[in-house]
Amino acid sequence: MNTEELIEKLKVIVKPYVKDEEGFKNMTENSDFLNDLKINSANLVDVILDIETEFDIIIDNESMEKMLNVKAAIDIITAKLNEK
Amino acid sequence: MNNRVVITGLGVAAPNAVGIPDFTAAIKNGISGIRYYQQLKDLNFSCCIAGIPQVSEELKQQYLSPLQLKNFNSNGILYGCIAGIDAWKDAGLPINENGDADWDSGTVFGTGVSGIEKLRESFYKIDAGNVKTLGSTAVLQTMASGISAYLSGILGLGNLVTTNSSACCTGTESILMGFERIQSGKAKRMLVGGCSDDGPYVWGGFDAMKVMTYKHNDEPEKASRPMSVTASGFVPASGAGALLLESLSSAMERGATIYGEILGGAMNAGGQRGTGSMTAPNNEAVQRCIKEAIENAGIDASEIDLINGHLTATTKDATEINNWAVALNRKGEDFPYIHSLKAMTGHCLGAAGAVESVAAVLGLHDGFIFPSINCEDLHPDIAAIISAEKIPRQLIETNNLQVIAKASFGFGDINACIIFKKYNA
Repeated sequence: MNTEELIEKLKVIVKPYVKDEEGFKNMTENSDFLNDLKINSANLVDVILDIETEFDIIIDNESMEKMLNVKAAIDIITAKLNEK
Repeated sequence: MNNRVVITGLGVAAPNAVGIPDFTAAIKNGISGIRYYQQLKDLNFSCCIAGIPQVSEELKQQYLSPLQLKNFNSNGILYGCIAGIDAWKDAGLPINENGDADWDSGTVFGTGVSGIEKLRESFYKIDAGNVKTLGSTAVLQTMASGISAYLSGILGLGNLVTTNSSACCTGTESILMGFERIQSGKAKRMLVGGCSDDGPYVWGGFDAMKVMTYKHNDEPEKASRPMSVTASGFVPASGAGALLLESLSSAMERGATIYGEILGGAMNAGGQRGTGSMTAPNNEAVQRCIKEAIENAGIDASEIDLINGHLTATTKDATEINNWAVALNRKGEDFPYIHSLKAMTGHCLGAAGAVESVAAVLGLHDGFIFPSINCEDLHPDIAAIISAEKIPRQLIETNNLQVIAKASFGFGDINACIIFKKYNA
C-alpha cells in the first residue's frame, strides 16, 4: 500500500473525530491530528483502535505515544504491516 | 449573618495509611502507598500499580457488624465508613444506637461509582437466571447514595443525607456543599467527604484512555510524579477522606477541638468551551474558580501560604500551575508553597479532594507542610513560572501556616476550590 492509499484510508478513519473541516480537506502527510485536524486528544486512542481494526494490527503503547500526526501514523502502520 | 464553619473531626482511609495518627506520620515522612498488583498485569492493564488502603479483616469488623459484612463487596463504602465513623468519633460526638435521630447533623458524602465489584457479581447472577440470590443488600451497596445511607444509619443522622458525584471534584465539592449548609443555618454539623472503589472495573476505562502511567510498573513508589518532567500519567488509587464540619457556635458549646476553619470556596465549570473539553480544563474557568474562592473567603490572594494542588502527574500539571499563577497574580519567588499529596497516594478519584483536604487540615493544625515527593526533576515549564523552592521536597515544620487553598478539577470540565484557615481562638 503506498502513502496516498494509506492517507485515503486514514481519512475515512479520522473523519468522525475531526473538528476542523478545512484541515481535513487539506489533510496531507504533514497534518497534525491535534493542531491541524483539531481532534480532541482524548479521542486519539479511539483513532488508534480504529486503525488497529482497519489494518488488523496491534499498536503498542510506545508507538501510540508517537502517533500524533499523519506521517507518524503511516510509518507505524507500514512497519506493523511489514512485520506481518 | 452567616455562621462561621469549623472542622472538628477528621478521618481517612488512604493508600499510605488508614487512620489519622498513621496518616499524619506517613505524609510527614513522604511514605508512598503505591504497590504492584499482579491482578492488573494478568488482565493486560498497561498500568499495573495502584494505591489501595490496606484494611485487614480485623479492622473491617471494628466498623461494620457481621450482618453488614455478610455478602458485602463494596470497598468504597467500606473506606467511607472507616473515614466517616472516625471523623465523627474524633469530633467527640456520641453514637446512640437508640433514641432519636440527630436532627442537626447530616452528611454529603460523595463517590464516583459505588459497589462496582458488587455490580459485577450481580450481573453474573442475573444473567445466569439467579436474580433471587442477590439477597437484600445488592441495591444498598450499588446505589450511588449507598455511602451516605450507611453512614446515616450507623451514626443516626437526621439532617440532609445525600451523595454528590462530580468526578475528581467530588470530595472537594462535598466539603463546600456541607459548608454552605451550615453557613446558612440549615444544619449544625455536616459529615462531608468522598470515597472511591478500587479495582480493574473502576480503572479499566482510564487505562484504555492512556491517562495512567505505564512506565513505572517496576518502581511503584516512584511512579506518581506530579510536577516532574518524567511525569507520565496518574497512578490509580482509592480510599476515603472525611471531615466533620460544625458551626463555630456548636463547636464552642461542646468544647470541641477545632482543627481549622473554612473561610469560603467556589465551584464552577468551563462548559467545555475554549480550552475546555470533556477531559481538558477551560483555563479561564479554572482561574475564575480560584479567584471566586478567594473573594468568597474574604481574603487577599497574597495571604495564601500554601496550595494543595490537584496535580495528578499528567502533562496538565504545568497548565494547572500557570492557572494558579494567573489567578493569584503571583509567580517566581512570590508564589506560595505548592505540593501534591497524589505523589504519595496516587489519584483517589472521587475520594481525592477529601483525602487531600484531610492532609491540608492536618498540616494547618499541626504546623507542617508535607513533602511533595518524586519531584526531584522539576518540569522546566513549571520552573519557568515559579521558583523551584516553592515545591517542598522535604518536610517543613512551621508555625506560620495560616491559609491553604485546595482545588480539585474533574472530567466534565468542572472545578472546586476551598480556602482553609488556621483557627485562631
